[in-house]
Amino acid sequence: MPLASQFINLLAALLLLIAFAMLSQRRVLTLIKLFAWQGATLATSIVIVAWSTGQPHLYYSATLTVLLKVILIPWILHRLINRLNIRWDVETLINIPTTMLVGIGLVIFAFALATPISQTANAITRSTLGIALASVLLSFLMMIVRRKAIPQVIGFLSMENGLFFAATSATYGMPLVVELGIALDVLVGTFIFGIFFFHIREQFDSLDIRHMEKLKED
Amino acid sequence: MNLSAGIAFQILQSVFVVLAAPLLMGWINQCRAWLQNRSAPSLLLPYYTLIKLFHKDAVIARNASPLFRITPYVLFGCMWLAAGIIPVLATDLPFAPAADIIALVAVFALARVFSALAAMDIGTAFGGLGARREMLIGFLAEPAMLMALFTAAFICGSTQLTTIVDTLAHRQFAIYPGLAFAAVAFLMVLLAENARIPIDNPTTHLELTMVHEAMILEYSARHLALIEWAVAIKLFAYMTLGLALFVPWGIASAGDWNELPLALAALTAKLALAGAGLALIETVFAKLRLFLAPEFLSTAFLLGVLGMLTHFLVQA
Repeated sequence: MPLASQFINLLAALLLLIAFAMLSQRRVLTLIKLFAWQGATLATSIVIVAWSTGQPHLYYSATLTVLLKVILIPWILHRLINRLNIRWDVETLINIPTTMLVGIGLVIFAFALATPISQTANAITRSTLGIALASVLLSFLMMIVRRKAIPQVIGFLSMENGLFFAATSATYGMPLVVELGIALDVLVGTFIFGIFFFHIREQFDSLDIRHMEKLKED
Repeated sequence: MNLSAGIAFQILQSVFVVLAAPLLMGWINQCRAWLQNRSAPSLLLPYYTLIKLFHKDAVIARNASPLFRITPYVLFGCMWLAAGIIPVLATDLPFAPAADIIALVAVFALARVFSALAAMDIGTAFGGLGARREMLIGFLAEPAMLMALFTAAFICGSTQLTTIVDTLAHRQFAIYPGLAFAAVAFLMVLLAENARIPIDNPTTHLELTMVHEAMILEYSARHLALIEWAVAIKLFAYMTLGLALFVPWGIASAGDWNELPLALAALTAKLALAGAGLALIETVFAKLRLFLAPEFLSTAFLLGVLGMLTHFLVQA
């Protein structure tokens, strides 16, 4: 196996580890830090793919990832939690060891799903498709088991990271126009979520999204 | 390999482990004292403690059953057996085919069951409390340990420790993400199984927080000495097992006397580093609440499983 491919596998494994770390994390600040690390790992793996396959447009998407997901969005989220003054622990619906066991089940499912696909592919990154799929599913799980709005948004953003990684590992990345569009969407999405947070808190005095069920009765 | 040289190697290794284990303990204590800005005790202090304890008269509770008396010998025997199976200095020892990694975990489990039974034998409150806690930790640590070992076993296609270590030591350079996960899982299990700091504090004097120490409160003199010695051998065995699996370079093959000095030097250097690392971990981290131990060990299990799954996916 060439060395570049081994490095990509290592980074993919690291991504999976970060996804699990986010799933088991109780503090909002650490969650944001982990999200930034996930972006950094993703950018590194994109650079290695770009270097080993000679695809210059991937350098742009790596730069975009660093700017957006390692610097800008974590900074916005930091500002948000400072303004909202929330630093307390994140509540989870089910306890953390159980969440992690469910996570292992999801990883097995994703790997089983991806193995037949990667056997027909011949890209340098083919074996990482399963990991990309697994991190998408784990982010989904995080959105499901978290009760507060901010961890759910971080779950959403890290799901986008997973999709990005899947795109790189399956097809060496999407065309630059598409990537720029997605990047803009994510950025705008973060802003809109930020505005939503303020509105939710103004309405319910809390960011617990269980309160939103009351809206049905009006 | 001729048989007599192999047997000589086997005896040499077994005796070496038993004699060197307290030295490793002394080294860890010394490192920890330095890191905590205390003046360090002598490197040989564990030996002096053992000698002191062997010269004392044993006191045994009136209602103690024979189980209580034989447990220290069983513990010492189990750990010595484990030390003979693990390739510490050389692979392919004549004794190695006797047990693979699963049997090795079973040997450790046997020792745990005996120490828990002996702790409950006298009927003191602290003994029963310690035994229950020990079994809780043990039953969570065992699957994590097996998963970490299975990752290495899958990479090498065998559960024989000798074959695994041989394959890993003489392979071409390659990055195994699975093995890295397994190494972290193994480290966490090592800390939990040897009653080190995130799970249990080996130097505690507070009975309510004790796990391992609470089980041996009733022992004295030669029995206590044997148990302390067995604990030292257990830590030594776990550390050399980790070193053999995850940094196996420099290990000799049995019967080859020329490789022995190099293997011995490599082992000493690796153990010195690992001991300092363990002392660092014990200084940096605080002891976890007992109810957080399942979370710690389920993380170890998770890492072990992830290691195995990643190995399958990357090799496919």
